[in-house]
Amino acid sequence: MSGIGVPARRLEDGPLLRGEGRFAADCNAPGQLHMRVVRSPVAFGRLLGVDAGEASTLPGVVAVWTAADVADLPPIDFRMTRIEGLAPFRQRVLAADYVRYVGDPVAVVFATDAYVAEDAADLVFCDIDELDPVLDPLADPSPFMPETQPGLLSEPAVVRKGYGDIDAAFAAAHRVVELTVRVGRHSGVPMETRGALAVHDAARDILTMHGAAKVPHYNRDAIARMLGRDRERVQLSEGHVGGGFGIRGELYPEDVLVCLAALRLRTPVKWVEDRREHLLAANHSRDQTHRLRAAVDARGFILGLDAEFFTDQGAYVRTHGGTVTDLAAGLLPGPYVIPAYRVAGHVRLTNKTPAGTYRAPGRYETTFARERLVDRIGAELGLDPIEVRRVNLIPEDAMPFHRGLDTLGTHVVHDSGRYHDLLDRTLAHVGFDDERKRAAERRSAGEAVGVGLGWFVEKSGLGPKDLVRISLAGDGRLEIVTGVASIGQGVETALAQICAETLHLPIETMRVVHGQTDRIAYGMGAFASRVTVMTGSAVQIASAGLLATARAAAATMLQAAPDALGFDGGVFASPAGASVSLQAVAAHFEASGKVLAAEGEFAADHMNYPYGIHIARVRVDRETGGVAVERFIVAYDIGRAVNPLLVEGQIAGACAQGIGGALFEEFVYDEGGQPLAASFVDYLMPTCHEVPDVETFLREDAPSPLNPLGVKGAGEGGITAVGAAIAAAIDDALGRPGLVSRLPVSPARLHALISGR
Amino acid sequence: MPDKIAITLDVNGKSYDVNVEPRRSLADVLREDCGLTGTHLGCEHGVCGACTVLVDGRPVRACLMFGVQAEGKAIRTVEGLADGDVLHPLQKAFWENHGLQCGFCTPGFLMLAVGALEENPAMSEAELRDVLSSNLCRCTGYQNIVKAVRLAADEMRARRA
Repeated sequence: MSGIGVPARRLEDGPLLRGEGRFAADCNAPGQLHMRVVRSPVAFGRLLGVDAGEASTLPGVVAVWTAADVADLPPIDFRMTRIEGLAPFRQRVLAADYVRYVGDPVAVVFATDAYVAEDAADLVFCDIDELDPVLDPLADPSPFMPETQPGLLSEPAVVRKGYGDIDAAFAAAHRVVELTVRVGRHSGVPMETRGALAVHDAARDILTMHGAAKVPHYNRDAIARMLGRDRERVQLSEGHVGGGFGIRGELYPEDVLVCLAALRLRTPVKWVEDRREHLLAANHSRDQTHRLRAAVDARGFILGLDAEFFTDQGAYVRTHGGTVTDLAAGLLPGPYVIPAYRVAGHVRLTNKTPAGTYRAPGRYETTFARERLVDRIGAELGLDPIEVRRVNLIPEDAMPFHRGLDTLGTHVVHDSGRYHDLLDRTLAHVGFDDERKRAAERRSAGEAVGVGLGWFVEKSGLGPKDLVRISLAGDGRLEIVTGVASIGQGVETALAQICAETLHLPIETMRVVHGQTDRIAYGMGAFASRVTVMTGSAVQIASAGLLATARAAAATMLQAAPDALGFDGGVFASPAGASVSLQAVAAHFEASGKVLAAEGEFAADHMNYPYGIHIARVRVDRETGGVAVERFIVAYDIGRAVNPLLVEGQIAGACAQGIGGALFEEFVYDEGGQPLAASFVDYLMPTCHEVPDVETFLREDAPSPLNPLGVKGAGEGGITAVGAAIAAAIDDALGRPGLVSRLPVSPARLHALISGR
Repeated sequence: MPDKIAITLDVNGKSYDVNVEPRRSLADVLREDCGLTGTHLGCEHGVCGACTVLVDGRPVRACLMFGVQAEGKAIRTVEGLADGDVLHPLQKAFWENHGLQCGFCTPGFLMLAVGALEENPAMSEAELRDVLSSNLCRCTGYQNIVKAVRLAADEMRARRA
């Protein structure tokens, strides 16, 4: 029996190891057409016309659509964080008047063969009157679509939040510490590119999209709305998903186009993007510039924080609305008390690929900014940056800690935490003083080696609710039907273990259904580290409900009082020594034409807040500017680990992505707005050479009081403070506090910093 | 549409008669014409290695080779690794050591490692890491992949001894 806390191997792995997975590109239907998107080759321009004449004559081409063919479709709406003023900047499924980034869909070709569709797409000519692109998010706002949307400027919104008396804080300051930092443009980049297969069953009038991910129920509703269909006539079906990370599974123009085409062309339509398209068209992320001013006292305590930052949102505002900017504004203060805070987060449009969320959205960026600030405070006041953190951390007796502002529509309330305790334990666990001493010795011997630390607070368990239905068949097979999605994180195993904890059944007998809109009425999906918290709690509630129903039946069968029955190893036992297994109870239900089943619903008004510390030791090559990460430790308190093996896997994987964003990955554009990182040759993701074995220091010291399991999300904390810790370590290695103010710290950038150019 | 050529491919010891355009990549032929979708395409420009298969025993990016070039060669894909219900030591080690999350890169890593270990079962840790750095994984941070391959190598060596 693999209950909570057991490092069980995964239920998911068999088909994936055998090459029997079913990813989006593996889905096929008889008679399917292949869709290929024609994308804008320029960053900004007036779209004067699209000539598909030659393309249409190619044998095998069935149709070519431009904006005129989809003029009746509304733009793609926001799924989250609908901020006033963003609506005019939504993306249409095909560009109409203007193209706004290289990769903007202008036309789609449908052909009987994928190679032919690609040939034909190359023959479509876009007549574009090119304009100077806007690439600097800090530049003064400029026209969005000058001729057709006069007056609409490229700053759709400014997110303002705050609390406390900021002016009084600065008036009382011992010193004001200022800092400008920037986190580069990078993103999730899952190994599987996006793809979808839409099939219309005309006999039943059901449109099914295979290749769904992340938020199938929401996307079903959105597609139904856009196509003017009843949502009962749209189904989304998730197979295997090759990584999510926030970007995969959001509703993109291509998803809507395949669905529309399957209806109009009366045949299945398949679309799989190539990697270049993915890097040009799927959501980018990060890319924030922060200007921070802190009023501090002589101990380095932050009396007030005045922040302004700019999010480079790219060409349009997509499904996330203002999510990233809102989260950044709401969570910038992190683990520190900071009695007064004022922030203005500018959402700025540029002529780059539109941006959305990527693992730890708004936290990777703000943690880098805030932790750089704390290091700077230490440097300016001549204090140990660790001690500055100690002075500022929220004390345990202040929990639950009300931040005094909202994010994602919920009050920010740190539900539980032992921040000082974690700091002490982590420093001892790592041998931090020894680490510093050895680094100093190596520096004396001529090496450039340093140690850095970053503190972070994550958030998880976004509501509002989740539903689960569990049924046990008489032959022992148990089914858990959920409304979540699996993006490769081990959902099935984790949920099965939570069920096993209550029902004492082997997880191998359990089947976890996810991502199927025809199996359950609603589901919020997989994002914001919410699955284990929300769906996990619903599983626990449903399991307890099923057990209670079974107990009542068992009591009748055993002629004993329900409360008098023991339950162990999946077997009820009466005081008289009679016993009946859960499976036998289920069989008893079946024999009388019923099903042993229960539903569980879990709702939450507040998120919970896991927290942790990253520590990095790096070695800098002064000649090349190259940075090697020698050691990386992630201390993370997630309340309770359902499966430590999977949690550690999440942390190690997230950390590798964090290293990518800190040192290698960046969507660079030339001055004409042409993307220079449009292949894996130029967009550098870490290999096993660049990533050390991440050491996980997993803690369960502060369970969440907000759910029956005590769990907090584990999916994001491995990435959150990587940039902060590595930057601090590089500063330390070179003996130059505050040197790193921009990510990624590419060799060229660091070399320039070292050589003063 | 360019003319198609009739070829016979030997995949996992089985013959596949297919009609393909000369420009069709081996990966597409395996996936679309042979129906072996375990070989995945992650970049189609030879960097990520998700499409790695063995051609005459050596790891090859199936996206960088044409199907017609593979005629007469022995191709092995992930579908041929397990012996019925019995997993290959590498598959077993990946499972037991949580060497996969989304599983998209897994077939490529498995075939890369099989090819490398069959050629040199006694690889040092550094050599192993060097080989594995040819492929990209976005989920695991690699450590469990490296660990799984190391443990499988031990088992494969022990089996030979």
